[in-house]
Amino acid sequence: MSDLIQVNSVTKDFSNHRALDNVSINIPKQSIFGLLGPNGAGKTTLIRIINQIIAQDSGEILFDGKKINPKHVERIGYLPEERGLYKKMKVGEQALYLSQLKGVHYNDAKKLLKEWFEKFDLLPWWNNKVETLSKGMQQKVQFIITVLHNPELLIFDEPFSGFDPININLIKDEIIKLKNNGATIIFSTHNMSSVEELCDHIALINKSKKVLEGNIYKIKRSYANQVYQVEMSNLSGSLLNVNDNNFELLNQENKNGITEATIKIKTNANTNDLISKLFNNGTIVGFKEVVPSMDEIFIDTVSRKE
Amino acid sequence: MFNKVFIIVKREFLSRVKKKSFIVMTILGPVLFAALITLPVVITKMSEREYNIGVVDDTFLFYDRFKDGNNIVYTNLHTNINDALELVKREKFDAVLHIPKVAFESPSTLRLITKDAININAKIHTENVLKHEFESLKLGARGIDSEVLRAIETNIDIQAVRIQKDGMEETDYPEVSIILGILSGLLIYMFIFLFGSQVLRGVLEEKTSIIVEVIISSVKPFQLMMGKIFGIAMVGLTQFLVWVFLTLIIVSAVRVAMPEMFEFASGQQVQLTTAQMLDSNHIDKQIGEVKHHDTMTAQVLEALSAINWYVMIFAFIFFFLGGYFLYAALFAAIGSAVDNEADTQQFMLPVTIPLIFAIIFAQMVMSNPGGPIAFWLSMIPLTSPVIMMMRIPFGVPLYEIYLSAFFLILGFLAATWLAAKIYRTGILFYGKKIGYKDLWKWLKS
Repeated sequence: MSDLIQVNSVTKDFSNHRALDNVSINIPKQSIFGLLGPNGAGKTTLIRIINQIIAQDSGEILFDGKKINPKHVERIGYLPEERGLYKKMKVGEQALYLSQLKGVHYNDAKKLLKEWFEKFDLLPWWNNKVETLSKGMQQKVQFIITVLHNPELLIFDEPFSGFDPININLIKDEIIKLKNNGATIIFSTHNMSSVEELCDHIALINKSKKVLEGNIYKIKRSYANQVYQVEMSNLSGSLLNVNDNNFELLNQENKNGITEATIKIKTNANTNDLISKLFNNGTIVGFKEVVPSMDEIFIDTVSRKE
Repeated sequence: MFNKVFIIVKREFLSRVKKKSFIVMTILGPVLFAALITLPVVITKMSEREYNIGVVDDTFLFYDRFKDGNNIVYTNLHTNINDALELVKREKFDAVLHIPKVAFESPSTLRLITKDAININAKIHTENVLKHEFESLKLGARGIDSEVLRAIETNIDIQAVRIQKDGMEETDYPEVSIILGILSGLLIYMFIFLFGSQVLRGVLEEKTSIIVEVIISSVKPFQLMMGKIFGIAMVGLTQFLVWVFLTLIIVSAVRVAMPEMFEFASGQQVQLTTAQMLDSNHIDKQIGEVKHHDTMTAQVLEALSAINWYVMIFAFIFFFLGGYFLYAALFAAIGSAVDNEADTQQFMLPVTIPLIFAIIFAQMVMSNPGGPIAFWLSMIPLTSPVIMMMRIPFGVPLYEIYLSAFFLILGFLAATWLAAKIYRTGILFYGKKIGYKDLWKWLKS
């Protein structure tokens, strides 16, 4: 069994709309899994169902091969998008309280929290009320509380909102460390660059339905349709002469004496054929495949299904 | 799982008990209670100073009719009024009573002249004496002897006696029961409101600070709700017990420290109550009144000892907790359904109406504690905590208490079931103003 979470045909209706429509997703162990989709697509609903905050109407969720039950809650760490803290409560006291609710014993929690607080430069604030902390510091406290009980599954809903770039990197490093230590991470976000940077797998949900799922590399490959970007100098003509049955010039641009062009290879040809054809036009200074970014895939998929 | 509810109860309890406002209220409450009990005594003691009234009687009918007492000293001034006023100005007297010649025909010409503000007791005392004297004179003018008058003066104080099951007769003291009933009924009303609204604000705080989703990914919404309700119940119980305990300590400490103050106080009160009955032989009468008063004290003590305090205290704690749990569940549901405090109003009204209703009907219940209105209001769970506590000092058959308790528990379970359904949907619901239609939808889902 290599999937930590299996979502099997889950459907959830609310009084006036269907939030999830027969959604099936497999989340491999020790992966960072990006759960993507526009606002209102049903991501948070799915996350809440996995957290057993709400129940699905049909379908099932398996955790490590077993039907998910309340005992699994202690093996999950969840950082919701809507996250807050008791403003009037002291930071340390509050972190202890929330950790205990996750099943960590008081003494263990205290020891672990002190370590994490030290690491995140929060220790001097232990006895301060939460309302005296900056937004970023509060976010750090929330992150610590989420990971403190060393859960097998971590769910981060928009984890980087409210952080400055330095802290984003701090959190990213911690997420990667957690993965290397064996945790599985579900990562819901609109920030596609962080998805490309961190995620191994993704699923795209749009209008309550899953529309795309798989290994991020494979998905990107499948969206790469033989388009290449070439950079050339010493051009013999004003325009690249490549158009024929095998190749199509999509775009050409001159920048500081260098010509940049994107060329699509049609069937029955490969990159070597293209390069030999380009020899006649001038000097090749650059050549690379155009792979769509997750941003483009996201927009393409979502708008195509409209 | 149970362990986690305990963690929540502990936080809810400690976070409130450690608050400055709680500590101040808990300590100040008994001080206020004790002050309420002891301050009048202390003040009377302190303001004890003879009040000198000079009497100028142009009719010469009432000299010597004014007897000293009640800290008032009358002096006959056989001068004219202008000289007397000079004495007031020079503060030889606190006041001068002027009875002009025409006073008998037109009493409105009577004057009590002072330099400072009038002492209200002296005024009332003087008025009573004059009223009595005027009446005797008028009656005498029509041929009725003052001896006859004294003979027909009667004090009526019916003793209410209730027959007990075992055939024994027991004196009933409705006055004491009324005070006790109103006091405990109001206290329950106050506690339910005070701590019920703390539940509401607590739920709202979790919702507005959006911490709730973090918590309910660890525990069930129901556990969070019940943990909060139980935790705040403990706060209420703690405050109540500390109040009772501290009040007892302070009152008994004052009694031990200044026992003479309390003795004096009762004497003082006798003089006040008998002031209106003063006549020429008021001293004998006063002694009689003192005796009467002593038996009154004894009666109150007897009445208090006749009350079944075990039932009283146990019932108070039960009906406080029962009523609180019932209302707290409803308050929690309201807190979960709205986004801000202002929106609570529309839901608060229908929930609090039964409580206010109970207070409105209190007088009716008091005047007939065994009647049908009292009976039914003490069975309906929404009003029973207040009304039953008002009835118990009058004596309520045990089976009625059990029945009322049974219905209250049923009501509490129903309210909790209802509240839990609204709560689990409500706490995650943001952005839209909720109406009754939405609540109904949540209940059905």
